[in-house]
Amino acid sequence: MSEYILETRNLTKHYGGVHALEEASFAIRKGEHVAIMGDNGAGKSTFVRQITGVERPTRGEIHFDGQKVEFAGPIEAREAGIEAVFQTLALADHLDVPDNLFLGREKTKWNWLGPFRRLDYKAMHADTLAALEKTGVKIPSIRNTIQYMSGGQRQCVAIARTATFHSKLTIMDEPTAALGVQETAQVENIVRTLKEQGEPLILISHNMRQVMDLCDRIVVFRRGRICANLIAKDVTGEEVVAYITGAKTQPDYSVEGAV
Amino acid sequence: MAEATVGVGGLKYDHKKRYRPPELNVFLALILIVGVFELLGQMLPYMNGQSFLFDTQGRFGSIFNEARLQIIILQVAIIGIIALGVTQVIITGGIDLSSGSIVGATAMIAMSFAQVAEVNGNPHTRAVFFEQGWLDLPVLIPVLVGLACGLLAGLVNGVLVAYTRIPPFIATLGMMVAARGVAKWWTKGQPVSFPTESYAAIGSGMMPVYIFIGLAVLFYLIMRHTVYGKHTYAIGSNMDAARMSGINVQRHLTLVYTIAGGLAAIAAIVLSSKNLTAQAGMGVMYELDAIAMAVIGGISLQGGRGSIIGTCLGALIFGVIISGFTFLRLDAYYQEMAKGAIIVGAVVLDQWRQRRAANRM
Repeated sequence: MSEYILETRNLTKHYGGVHALEEASFAIRKGEHVAIMGDNGAGKSTFVRQITGVERPTRGEIHFDGQKVEFAGPIEAREAGIEAVFQTLALADHLDVPDNLFLGREKTKWNWLGPFRRLDYKAMHADTLAALEKTGVKIPSIRNTIQYMSGGQRQCVAIARTATFHSKLTIMDEPTAALGVQETAQVENIVRTLKEQGEPLILISHNMRQVMDLCDRIVVFRRGRICANLIAKDVTGEEVVAYITGAKTQPDYSVEGAV
Repeated sequence: MAEATVGVGGLKYDHKKRYRPPELNVFLALILIVGVFELLGQMLPYMNGQSFLFDTQGRFGSIFNEARLQIIILQVAIIGIIALGVTQVIITGGIDLSSGSIVGATAMIAMSFAQVAEVNGNPHTRAVFFEQGWLDLPVLIPVLVGLACGLLAGLVNGVLVAYTRIPPFIATLGMMVAARGVAKWWTKGQPVSFPTESYAAIGSGMMPVYIFIGLAVLFYLIMRHTVYGKHTYAIGSNMDAARMSGINVQRHLTLVYTIAGGLAAIAAIVLSSKNLTAQAGMGVMYELDAIAMAVIGGISLQGGRGSIIGTCLGALIFGVIISGFTFLRLDAYYQEMAKGAIIVGAVVLDQWRQRRAANRM
């Protein structure tokens, strides 16, 4: 067993002539919280789409939990244990909290009925309450449909979803971008809870304070390449910004480099 | 689930803000419309104080005018069966314009496998399969052939919508025109008549109502309590979320449209059996009546919202209006005008209610 939960080697993605991601070699240890930063279009989201199976990389390898993997789709990545909270929240507005938590992997009875197998509402409710408890998420009523919830509550539901399924790696793509101060604090608390529980996390964020606060390590993307790998407590915000804008470069990025 | 409604954490759960099921409003509308007809019957001078709903002449064993109640539900049962399938399609955010034509095509084809060998002692020479001698077949054959036709048409709809990604409106519009063509081509426009006794039994008496109620209960359970139902709502609510959650959206959509086609086929079998004949023009405009029933019943055309109960109530409102206008001895023209107004009114009211619900949160 490798000490790394996820490792990518020379991960590359081209959209036609656009080289969105070039030779990205990245690694994250078990229990580690790593931030991915970078300008718009630097390749952050593209990188996430490759490792979550949403897209197939043009080149390169992904090793997850000690094994080389090639995900055919997001469901495979999820089954392997990679849970992503996307920028555009993957929640169904007209369904309630348990329905959303278990969407696509419902607990069922009478499985011989195929697509018409029966939903086990009782078990899903119980597990939902347990998951909300575990992440410290506060929701007025889990029976409310998502459409009547605030942005923060939606985000919390999305995050609680990752906690429900004992994922091996959680990925959050700008979880607080659209949230108010209080709601941001709530989400950050959940992230800290994950850290205490030793759950590894990749956090994509533009919020420097948040990144410095929550993450052990910062990986900077610039123009589709990884340009810096920094220990959060050793650098200042200004230095990170310098890497993001390209004012400063770290010539020899290697997986082992700053780890 | 007491602990669920009280809520997790420190926030309070306000019961007054609880989401009221839209079906309740539809039910209230139904009662209101019945009340209006009852009142008009008592008040209009030429009606001589007749009751719409109640048995005032002691013709039946109960207080209700059972004959009227039976007619109300009987005349919507067949389109109601179609509406059950259309409801599922609309919940996925799609639309099915082809169900009326599928009824026409299926009725023609199924009926031609259900013809008798002899009419009044003479050989039935005008039977579609007279030369092949496929006459007096067991009832199972026309039923299975009919179901297969409907499922196939639905499957084509589903594949077109799910895999070519053309809008459901266009895909099912194509099927609407094509299936009507099949209905006319099958016998070159000739009606198909004289079904076997066992086939005729399917739609006789109150059978259409029992079939409708049976299917409504079945699909209520399916939509509410199975993975199929949950995924149908999820796709209509947020297709991207459904896809990212690992639901096979394409396969599921195909299944939904196929089931809708199957339900249209059942309606066709019941209808042709009830009428004892099938004609190429059968089921014209049924698709729109079925959509109207769903919409009146609170199914949102944006998808994700509504229920089978709503559609059943919508169908009842439909039946009450038709019966009510007949009861008041008003021309069918007014019926259609009123139906149109109610369809539009139902959507306006529903959207207004949605906005208000969103504002008070």
